[in-house]
Amino acid sequence: MKKQVLFQVETPYREALDVTAYQFGGEEKSVAVVGALRGNEIQQMYTCALLIRTLKRLEEEHRLSSACGILVVPCVNHFSMNIGRRFWAVDNTDINRMFPGYSGGETTQRIAASLFEVISPYQYGIQFASFYLPGDFLPHCRMMDTGYQNLQDAADFGLPYIILRKPQPYDTTTLNYNWQIWNTSAVSLYTKETDCVDEATALQAVNATLRFLSKRGFLLDPPTECALPNIVQEEQLITVLSQAGGIFVRKHVPGDQVARGEVLAEVLDTGTAEIKSQVLAPAGGQVFFSHKAQLIGEHEVAFRLI
Amino acid sequence: MLETIVSVQLPVGEHLMIQKNRFTPLTSIPACKRICVVTGIHGDELEGQYTAWKLAAILNQHQEQLRGIVDIYPALNPLGINSICRGIPLCDLDMNRIFPGHSDGPVSEFVAHQIIKDLSGADVCVDIHASNIFLRELPQVRVSQEMADTLVPLAGYLNMDFIWINASATVLESTLAHSLNSTGTPTLVVEMGVGMRITQSYGDQLLDGIFSLMAHLGIWAGEVPDVRTPIISTDGNVSFANANTSGIFLPTVSHLAQVQKGDPLGLVVNPLTGETCETVFSPASGLLFTLREYPVVYNGSLIARVLGDTP
Repeated sequence: MKKQVLFQVETPYREALDVTAYQFGGEEKSVAVVGALRGNEIQQMYTCALLIRTLKRLEEEHRLSSACGILVVPCVNHFSMNIGRRFWAVDNTDINRMFPGYSGGETTQRIAASLFEVISPYQYGIQFASFYLPGDFLPHCRMMDTGYQNLQDAADFGLPYIILRKPQPYDTTTLNYNWQIWNTSAVSLYTKETDCVDEATALQAVNATLRFLSKRGFLLDPPTECALPNIVQEEQLITVLSQAGGIFVRKHVPGDQVARGEVLAEVLDTGTAEIKSQVLAPAGGQVFFSHKAQLIGEHEVAFRLI
Repeated sequence: MLETIVSVQLPVGEHLMIQKNRFTPLTSIPACKRICVVTGIHGDELEGQYTAWKLAAILNQHQEQLRGIVDIYPALNPLGINSICRGIPLCDLDMNRIFPGHSDGPVSEFVAHQIIKDLSGADVCVDIHASNIFLRELPQVRVSQEMADTLVPLAGYLNMDFIWINASATVLESTLAHSLNSTGTPTLVVEMGVGMRITQSYGDQLLDGIFSLMAHLGIWAGEVPDVRTPIISTDGNVSFANANTSGIFLPTVSHLAQVQKGDPLGLVVNPLTGETCETVFSPASGLLFTLREYPVVYNGSLIARVLGDTP
């Protein structure tokens, strides 16, 4: 394992931001893994850290192929993470809306450009990503439907679901989209949490990544077998909106099977604790996403069902 | 007449409401035209508040001069303005990156959808922005290249100093203006002044322009002042100067100065060591129409934009 500073961003009144990577194997540009681009992506940074710990052991045990090079960047934005901010702490811009970056542009454009220069030549790109809606997910792989995607790459992670998303205009500046456009096969892995650690799904993401490495021959261990994933177009997910604002008491969590008409959650009046509204399943299926915060407003996405 | 165009229950005893003030002619005029004046998408951009207030105040006093409908939306992001937050406080998203929204989307997208629904069909919409807190801007209208033929003639009435025809980056497709323009509602984006402040002279200048545009459309029968002839320019004539070090920026020129290529625009200094980290130079000769207002800068921070002299 080689630890290296990819690039440095000088900031006034603070130490420079050193964006650090961990390199395994040889000089081949096989797989690049990126963790926290946002300051609240603690789970994503932690998942990378677990992966780095595991790859270090595997490398010491000579279980990595000598014909591969794996680069893991656990955290790009600890500048914001250290002071509890989600986006770039100065101008609130999102590094994951700045790709492929611009070396002559604003600070976050320069950060994106510096990172992309390093990771864009890799054959495969894996991002441990977070979603903009706060809540819990079933762990899954997500790919942009750019026409360049390779579903087999996502399937080889062995997670039960692959979500295929038709890119919207605001997606075209994300890392995942640009990796694909610039010929890297890109997959984003989503686990249950973002701003706190969920050990079980972090390990699940690490194991999924190892399985992918085995499938590609980068890890010499034989891959574990698993069931074929379900491929779901994002627009096929059933969105269940809240009908009122109040205290959110959920009755089901991601992974639960629910029947049509079943109560998924209750919204309580904040003054009387009486039930203001019930969130009902419009169809039978599996809970894929659920709102988690204790308060909810009207017209919020309370659940998504498969 | 005050109207609520969207109302959503917040968790505890309050609603998120977006309101407009509709002014109509004293006597009904069939098939009259409609102008929408919107502002406050970004909660830290307040320049449009003055213009909205003064426009409403004048229309309150001189409704007899109205020949069409004027809708004023002073706060498309009311929670943001209320809490000094640029984005939507509920989700920390930039509201001007979620249009046209979605009727079944989360609350931010639902609100965006309702706004588009209400604005669609207007004869013209004026979307007033300030700059952010970092930069001071000359009063200007920004027009995308593909809409230039339709919008530049209308923009000329707005009494702004500069019409900037820029190539639309993909991300701009999720703005309010792009969403309206692409569905047939001509929308002009005004940028002026600086974030978190109000420059009344700029507001008055724009107000004259709005009445001039209303008169052109047949919505206003009152007198209107002559408007200035704007400089019309494309991206090719605009040059950027960015900081390449971090520190405190101290300008050595004034906003709107005429500068020569290579002229010093300011210093980036280190208050701890007493060093001058960098002198920022003008990338071109011309009008300094954008200048850094907020002193703390990073490697990459935009310092200035210069509108190049026409050869």
